[in-house]
Amino acid sequence: MERTALDLWVGAFVLAGLAALAILAFKVGNLSSYNVSESYQLKANFTNIGGLKPTAGVRSAGVLIGRVTDIKLDANRYEAEVTMSIDKRYQFPKDTLISILTSGLLGEQYIGLKPGADDEMLKDKDMIKQSRSAMVLEDLIGQFVAGKAESAK
Amino acid sequence: MPLIRSMRNIGHRSVDTIWRIGFAARFFVLILLNSGMSFRRFHLTVRELFFTGVMSLIIILVAGLFVGVVLGLQGYETLKSYGSESALGTLVALSLVRELGPVLAALLFASRAGSAMTAEIGLMKATEQIAAMEMMAVNPIARVVAPRFWAGVISMPLLAAMFSAVGVFGGYLVGVVFIGVDEGSFWSQMQSSVDFQHDIMNGVLKSFVFGVAVTVISLFEGFDAPPTAEGVSGATTRTVVQSSVVVLLLDVVLTAIMFRGI
Amino acid sequence: MLWMLGGWFRMRAPKNKSEGSVVSLQPIVEIRDVNFTYDTRPVLKGINMTFHKGKVIAIMGGSGCGKTTLFRLIGGALKPTKGEIKIDGQVMHELDQAGLYEIRRKMGVLFQFGALFTDMSVYDNVAFQMREHTDLPEEMIRDLVMMKLHAVGLRGTHALMPAELSGGMARRVALARTIALDPMLILYDEPFAGLDPISLTAIGSSIRQLNNALGATSVVVTHDVQESLKIVDYIYFISDGVIVAEGTPAEIQASDKPFVHQFVHGEMDGPVPFQYPGGDYKTDLGVSA
Repeated sequence: MERTALDLWVGAFVLAGLAALAILAFKVGNLSSYNVSESYQLKANFTNIGGLKPTAGVRSAGVLIGRVTDIKLDANRYEAEVTMSIDKRYQFPKDTLISILTSGLLGEQYIGLKPGADDEMLKDKDMIKQSRSAMVLEDLIGQFVAGKAESAK
Repeated sequence: MPLIRSMRNIGHRSVDTIWRIGFAARFFVLILLNSGMSFRRFHLTVRELFFTGVMSLIIILVAGLFVGVVLGLQGYETLKSYGSESALGTLVALSLVRELGPVLAALLFASRAGSAMTAEIGLMKATEQIAAMEMMAVNPIARVVAPRFWAGVISMPLLAAMFSAVGVFGGYLVGVVFIGVDEGSFWSQMQSSVDFQHDIMNGVLKSFVFGVAVTVISLFEGFDAPPTAEGVSGATTRTVVQSSVVVLLLDVVLTAIMFRGI
Repeated sequence: MLWMLGGWFRMRAPKNKSEGSVVSLQPIVEIRDVNFTYDTRPVLKGINMTFHKGKVIAIMGGSGCGKTTLFRLIGGALKPTKGEIKIDGQVMHELDQAGLYEIRRKMGVLFQFGALFTDMSVYDNVAFQMREHTDLPEEMIRDLVMMKLHAVGLRGTHALMPAELSGGMARRVALARTIALDPMLILYDEPFAGLDPISLTAIGSSIRQLNNALGATSVVVTHDVQESLKIVDYIYFISDGVIVAEGTPAEIQASDKPFVHQFVHGEMDGPVPFQYPGGDYKTDLGVSA
């Protein structure tokens, strides 16, 4: 085959491959919502994170604004320390309430931010003080059974 | 003494296998050391890209589409019983991008391009073309083997990406167009659960590793083939079998490293 | 496989910087007391040969006598177990890969069945070494390729693929490729094997003419006695790893040594037995008492 025709085919092949990669990145994946350079870090402690995993979404009013980057156990307090990276465009007051929520009854868990009323904003690497842990099904059932027993008396 | 004979047989086979692995590793190092020409005279690599990449395109695209369609159908049936059909996009995309894309593309690549490479190099050796090149003071590793190696390594991730992309499209076709899953939730659920770095880039990395493994095995088998018709056909079979086993084995290892505990 | 890797991993020996350029009387190839052993089986035992410039030399012997091994030793693809081979004053087995490639550029090798690159056209086959080893512009390569192809009478085939050529034509194209860079030493491995009489004569006379035109030295490894007697200057007979006879064609034809006589006249039985050594015939048939 002629060299030029060969080059053309191979060029088209490489371009198609790169295009497939781009489709995967933007259409299938979340690269369009990625802004690694323009984000800041927030931390929060939870007594129980349930099934939260790194890369889980961080949402405020249902809008995806960041992702969980790291989860570890704080050995002094025996609490989970969750690190998130948040889009720099979104700033939150100091008294923001952070909670672990579930999409649907058995869906994946994500983090919800509910802004407070403080004038001062959270800065990079700040700790969010007010947190509400994940809803654990066993605890709920336990409480429900205890409540029933209480009311039966 | 059948026991001693079979033990001797096992010993012989083990030594032989280790010997071959050692030579394949040495061969791999030689390819890397002699790669200069593949890039200085890039048209050599481009030529091989045509035979490994472009010629594998049709089988990869067709297979990718069918796998996506099947994933869509099976995934829908399973998810429906949990009432979470909207997660179909996630299921299709994650299975393809993390596992099926790289692995199936590599298996197809081994049987389409890998076996062809083995047969070609084996025949070049059987007809003394390799020896002739050597006697013309042209290093056959640099002139014949290395361009094929780089063509394989370059085209494998591209083929895997096309496989996944076409597969997702197949899943979309079945799920959204034919069955009628909500289009918005199909894509948005997919996008919120497929992470670029964690899922897509790891998939690309996988296919890159598979590309290296399959091409090294194919080229080594071709170069090592006994210079007879029987030898070349045996080497071609070994290429497909060994590549497939190695790809699946590497996939276990890579998946354990990449997606452990997450 | 083994010998190839062995060659590439060869320890870097100090390069032999002897003598510099060729002295006119110095032989092109000197083989001194070369022994070669495959595993434990001796193939060559104390071979001594000297090839001078401008000569066509034949190395003959029955099948499996070590001709091809000797051929590979001269090409530097194998390393002698003992002794040395000097080409152009350099000891082959002491060269590193770069040195070996340097000397191979001055050598041309015609393989038994031509070994043309099947994925290239005739033109590209002949142009192969020019493109690999020189920076000549494409127009000049074209002229050179056409000249080489013309020399073997196949200028018209330049656009064909090797698969479209007959065996004899492929051999001649391979010959054109062998002389592409005007080598000083040309090795032929069984150039007459499997050819029809016309192609055979064509190859034979080409070997002689090209050698004279290039002022090169040619070594023909063959078992075709009649054809080589016509074209060569000197003949070595090898049997069982040793040189059993040598001389000019006239001397060989007049020789009364039993081996040479059997070989030249193609007799079935003689010093080379028809029967491969085996056990007792009657025992093998199971009729012995």
